[in-house]
Amino acid sequence: MNKNSEDIVLMKGNEAIAHAAIRCGCDGYFGYPITPQSEIIETLALEKPWETTGMVVLQAESELASINMVYGGGATGKRVMTSSSSPGVALMQEGITYMAGAEIPGVIVNVQRGGPGLGTIQPSQGDYNQSTRGGGNGDYNVIVLAPASVQEMADFVDLAFTLSFRYRNPAIILSDGVIGQMMERVVLPPFKPRRTEEQIKAECPWAALGRTKDRPRNVLTSLELDPGKQEEVNLRLQRKYAEIKAREVRYEEYLTEDAEYLIVAFGSAARIAQKSIEDCRRQGIKVGLLRPITLWPFPTERIKQLAEQVKHILAVEINAGQMVNDIRLAVEGRTPVSHYGRMGGILPTPDDINNQINTLL
Amino acid sequence: MKREDIIRPEHLVYEKPSLLNDTPMHYCPGCSHGMVHKLVAEIIEEMGMTDKTIAISPVGCAVFAYNYIDVDWIEAAHGRAPAIATATKRMWPDRLVFTYQGDGDLACIGTAETIHALNRGENITIIFINNAIYGMTGGQMAPTTLMGMKTATCPYGRQADLHGFPLKFTEIAASLEGTAYVTRQAVHTVAAIRRTKAAIRKAFETSLQGRGSSLVEVVSTCNAGWKLSPVEANKWMEENMFPYYKLGDLKDNTI
Repeated sequence: MNKNSEDIVLMKGNEAIAHAAIRCGCDGYFGYPITPQSEIIETLALEKPWETTGMVVLQAESELASINMVYGGGATGKRVMTSSSSPGVALMQEGITYMAGAEIPGVIVNVQRGGPGLGTIQPSQGDYNQSTRGGGNGDYNVIVLAPASVQEMADFVDLAFTLSFRYRNPAIILSDGVIGQMMERVVLPPFKPRRTEEQIKAECPWAALGRTKDRPRNVLTSLELDPGKQEEVNLRLQRKYAEIKAREVRYEEYLTEDAEYLIVAFGSAARIAQKSIEDCRRQGIKVGLLRPITLWPFPTERIKQLAEQVKHILAVEINAGQMVNDIRLAVEGRTPVSHYGRMGGILPTPDDINNQINTLL
Repeated sequence: MKREDIIRPEHLVYEKPSLLNDTPMHYCPGCSHGMVHKLVAEIIEEMGMTDKTIAISPVGCAVFAYNYIDVDWIEAAHGRAPAIATATKRMWPDRLVFTYQGDGDLACIGTAETIHALNRGENITIIFINNAIYGMTGGQMAPTTLMGMKTATCPYGRQADLHGFPLKFTEIAASLEGTAYVTRQAVHTVAAIRRTKAAIRKAFETSLQGRGSSLVEVVSTCNAGWKLSPVEANKWMEENMFPYYKLGDLKDNTI
């Protein structure tokens, strides 16, 4: 990695998303302001990338329009993205399921806040189920990356685009208000040029960008009225999801080798849990952490293995207990599984988690 | 004179546009869609823009437009075509980008996307088929259904106190700063077809010149939804639609 001193900066997670987008060859950003993520579009507007890399930045009239702009840009083979927070991402679900159905790549950043409804502007992880179950209508999955640091906010933009185009599937960066607003040291990724028309045509032979004489027309659609053909589409999508599950699971482990108790946590909850584990270890309690980086596909196999080793698994989430269900599906009763979480914008503290662990002993 | 002497290239006066596929159309006989499709195919071919055209189809009767015109297509969610066209055109500024939408798609569920795309002056063309009814779902009330007109969801006729008023969307479009060319046409006579063809061509050229948004409304028949024969539907349209949806240019900044 190019580590010029100007690439090492102190910034918010939201700002890191914006800078990473400009640097990773993103062609367009379409978004609608909503707290706690408006710094993303504000940073992009301030940076004026249309004058440097040629990246388009547009404030849309709604999240519904934003996601359909991503649908349109992605359908032409361009690297386009949007960002929002929970209520806005709820509004985007129509576009996301259409992207999944028409197999259009694109990146959606969700800097989560608490719900339901307007809820709170404080952080939450309440959209886990929405993100990992598809979220819109029909049988589909979206690739979900969960950053736990400002560095990962920066790094996951390019990764999300790469995975999204590799599988022609939408990808979500599921962050939260903590990571979005928190300032940390970050090494910005090196500049990568936007792809040329020739490169896009080579990488995306399916894209609708003007039918040339050498190929039949490209049609990006999710519509098929023939039940037999539609089922074939569904089965092909399911095979694709199976391939993603087999190849793209990502997670990080901390002190799991000798762990007798395992915490599973993602995003900001994992950062807090890591601190509590240090405290537990000082008390002589052998606690380890598994942090899923991809929430879908979920690290089911590794959790199943660790279930044979540990006495108890504790899911720590900033919600009422959502990921814990995926853990239970992985564990299949091999070891007890429980959940600890806070809501309303309140974060669990390391002491809270430490106390929970002590009740399990 | 023998038959072979007549059928010669130099005697050709008309042929099916090469961009119109042989796929049998699902449109009802007498429907205006087929005619507008043919015009669009002819114009793209005449302009030599086949390899530079990106078309956006709607949800509604024209959802399968991509089966008939041999260019690249993106199929939109209901009402979202102008948002899709916005990004498509901004990603590929040298392309001819147009949407093809019905009255429910454009003037009801997609009102916000349509107004804002036009108001931003996106360099796209919107072709707006207004037949005052929801054809594909079986003849329900549209935003443009006339007062007193009967549909499956206003079976006793549209009433202001129950259903509000028919929306003159094209007048709204003409009032927006971002639009360059806004016109209302029809395809019920040969003369009208020629005027509509000229209008769509002008709209496409305006988009390519980067002058702003263009909207071409085509007041159309839905004889199946209106429960009239094709001939009766044309007559009904002239007598009832044209007085409310007056034909002609509403705005032309290209002159």
